[in-house]
Amino acid sequence: MSKVIEMKEITKIFPGVIANDKVDFSLEKGEIHVLLGENGAGKTTLMNILYGLYQPTYGEIFVHGEKSAVKSPTTAIKLGIGMVHQHFMLVQPFTIAENIVLGHEPSKAGGLKIDMKTAIANVQKISDKFGLAVDPNIRIQDISVGMQQRVEILKALYRGAEILILDEPTAVLTPQEIDELDNILKSLTKEGKSIILITHKLKEVLSMSDRITVIRRGRVVDTLRTSDTDADSLAELMVGRKVKLTSERTEKQAGNVILEVKNLKVKDSRRLEAIKDVSFEVRAGEILAIAGVDGNGQRELVEALNGLRKIESGQVIIAGVDTTHLHTKDINKIGVGHIPEDRQKRGLVLEYTLAENMILGYHKKEPFSKNGIMNYPEIHKHGKSLIAEFDIRTPNENVKAKSLSGGNQQKVIIAREFYIDPQLLIASQPTRGLDVGSIEFVHRRLLEQREHNKAVLLISLELDEVLGLADRIAVIYQGKIVGVLNAKDATERKLGIMMAGGQLGEGDLH
Amino acid sequence: MRNNFAKIWDSFRLPLFAVILGFAVGAICILIAGSNPIVAYAALFQGSLGSMTSFGETLYKMTPIVFTGLSVALAFRCGLFNIGAEGQYIAGSIMSIVTGWIFRDMPGMILIPMILIMGIIAGGIWGGIAGYLKARFGVHEVITTIMMNYIALHISNYLVRTVLNPQTLIPGSIKEAFTVPIPPQAKLLKLNALLPQFTYSSAHIGIFIAIAAAILIYFLLFKTTVGYEIRSVGLSPDAAEYGGISKQRNTILAMFLSGGLSGLAGAVQVTGLIYSVNQVAMMPGYGFTGISVALVGVNNPLGVLASGLLFGILDNGARQMQLAGIPKEITGIIQAVILIFIAGELIVKFISERRKKELKAIKAKEVE
Repeated sequence: MSKVIEMKEITKIFPGVIANDKVDFSLEKGEIHVLLGENGAGKTTLMNILYGLYQPTYGEIFVHGEKSAVKSPTTAIKLGIGMVHQHFMLVQPFTIAENIVLGHEPSKAGGLKIDMKTAIANVQKISDKFGLAVDPNIRIQDISVGMQQRVEILKALYRGAEILILDEPTAVLTPQEIDELDNILKSLTKEGKSIILITHKLKEVLSMSDRITVIRRGRVVDTLRTSDTDADSLAELMVGRKVKLTSERTEKQAGNVILEVKNLKVKDSRRLEAIKDVSFEVRAGEILAIAGVDGNGQRELVEALNGLRKIESGQVIIAGVDTTHLHTKDINKIGVGHIPEDRQKRGLVLEYTLAENMILGYHKKEPFSKNGIMNYPEIHKHGKSLIAEFDIRTPNENVKAKSLSGGNQQKVIIAREFYIDPQLLIASQPTRGLDVGSIEFVHRRLLEQREHNKAVLLISLELDEVLGLADRIAVIYQGKIVGVLNAKDATERKLGIMMAGGQLGEGDLH
Repeated sequence: MRNNFAKIWDSFRLPLFAVILGFAVGAICILIAGSNPIVAYAALFQGSLGSMTSFGETLYKMTPIVFTGLSVALAFRCGLFNIGAEGQYIAGSIMSIVTGWIFRDMPGMILIPMILIMGIIAGGIWGGIAGYLKARFGVHEVITTIMMNYIALHISNYLVRTVLNPQTLIPGSIKEAFTVPIPPQAKLLKLNALLPQFTYSSAHIGIFIAIAAAILIYFLLFKTTVGYEIRSVGLSPDAAEYGGISKQRNTILAMFLSGGLSGLAGAVQVTGLIYSVNQVAMMPGYGFTGISVALVGVNNPLGVLASGLLFGILDNGARQMQLAGIPKEITGIIQAVILIFIAGELIVKFISERRKKELKAIKAKEVE
């Protein structure tokens, strides 16, 4: 097999940081090669160098055996390299065909008029060739995320890409869409395209790739054939130590109802109904997961429970107290902890020190303040003890929260919310954007809450997380709970069908 | 302790640098104008700090702008841009006259605190209205405070011409362009009554009230739960909300306190210096200077005190400089340059911090 890409000793130094350190990477024709590593390991930097967004400090790139200087994405496209970014770059009100030809429009009348007919025909032709099943005349705003991703792939192919780089392509997809993506990628390689996948998700790596290159702290740890490895050893390579991928849960009986939601209706910021008649309950010593694709009302549900969003009708009862119309402050007093989905915006005051952040929400309680006067020595003591207890990596408690890494920021929030020993913990996407090591930490802590007979409401987009932690799983779709499954009966396939709004047939339930 | 010094140095490095640059650019301008900058600056400092008398003049000039500077800084800490210090100042000063007149028979010991408190309340309500409108309806405070400035100005002028005019209140008086004065026992003590060295300077004990206010606001912001909540809302309203801190309540509170400080500026100015309020065509300008003072003082109450002194020196020393044959507009240039450098530096800092953040994001994850 011939090497279509060869990167030799690529080194990229940012002031004070070595993002890539003598990285060797090669891509063979017709293969799917995964670049695996934790957030910040340097995989995206490496691919941005290949795509011409960054220039390497030193090192060489060979494309189709020829030494090439990839000065900009334009050069990359000319060399047949296409990239599909994690965040799609599409014009929402334009049709698929218009988006794809954007910047390379076929024209008529001497370049004055876009030849849409040819454009549509061209797009259709490529779509058919690779089995992408895309209708060129539909507007982007009307299609699903999975379809948008296909449009991005199509866009790269339209520009003559022989080599495709996909950055975290599965982050936004449902399990069914991930399967479809898998099929598409396989058919692309059959046609002789070569693909690089950037990801930190182990499972997809194993099902989708031919070879894997693991990067840790800017260095290549190993390149191996997918058939020769498994998830556990990959995780170990990635993190640099043994990691428990599956959390251990003990069998236990759930206790009293702690959170009861009855016929809840909530509107979103555009005054549209986001939560439509939702009812569920969470018991002590149980984790109830709300699974669903992003944007199906999860945010509004959490905000309504926290008292941050007005409840139109229905009732919320927490530990026997009707909190439907209570202020956040009073809901917190009952013993509710929150891990917000946006830790930088909602969870922390980034300009505050860790010590100051660790009392947010109970800053009016003794010993942190008395008669309105803050007791800073106590606040610092508190900060120090939480830093030690939760193993937060920081020089001291006087560091501003903004200077910590995502995983450590999340630890600060968890430390704070666990300190009050909440009866109910609402955890909204608690592991979003975290690396494997931090995810393990968060999962362990959530299960610990369950062990201590606390109620946990987990809102997550990650099916692995939901399946690994929850006792019961409620699936939310367009503001409604379409069904609640016992974790024992739940499978990824069943959840996937429900997450897309489908109903389970009789056969599926058993 | 060492850590604290580093922290203080870090926040005041920027304004200090800007001040030095301001004087440097001013010197170049003086050179271009054909004069000697050394002579000019010697006159500037001679005229503002050279004798107890001139120092006293500097003190009374800095007094109102320390209050308005504190006012703007406090609102800033809650993420609010109070351009209405001007109107709140007017509200406070006119209320002082009203209070002084109504309770004109009370002894000074009671009357003075009463006037000051009423000034705070009047300014506080004036600012609080803008805070309420922001909290309740989301109306931007910049718009409302500017509007409130004009309302205050014209109500004040109306009252000066009508109900508070000597002609209305004191039988046998003619119509004046100013209000009745406050009663003599309501006047603040002059510094020369304490220290004869201050001779004929108009400095009054209002400066001590200003210093006390700065210390109090510092304590409020950094040592109390009220300050913690106000700063949380200013730095990250969403996180504050999540922690059960009401954005609305703190917006109104901060605007009330901010307005109160400007109102106090008016009350102290009336009781310490002007004794009655004139009919005016334009805003007196203390509120707008307060914005500059807050900016140079990096919104730190103690910094505001220092920057208030600087502005006092520039304002007062200009006269002496003019006597030395150098146009007093030079001080305007110095002020402008300082502000440009601070505002510009804030922009530079913003950009460099964003870049740093990007790098740090990479670095931090490397460390994990």
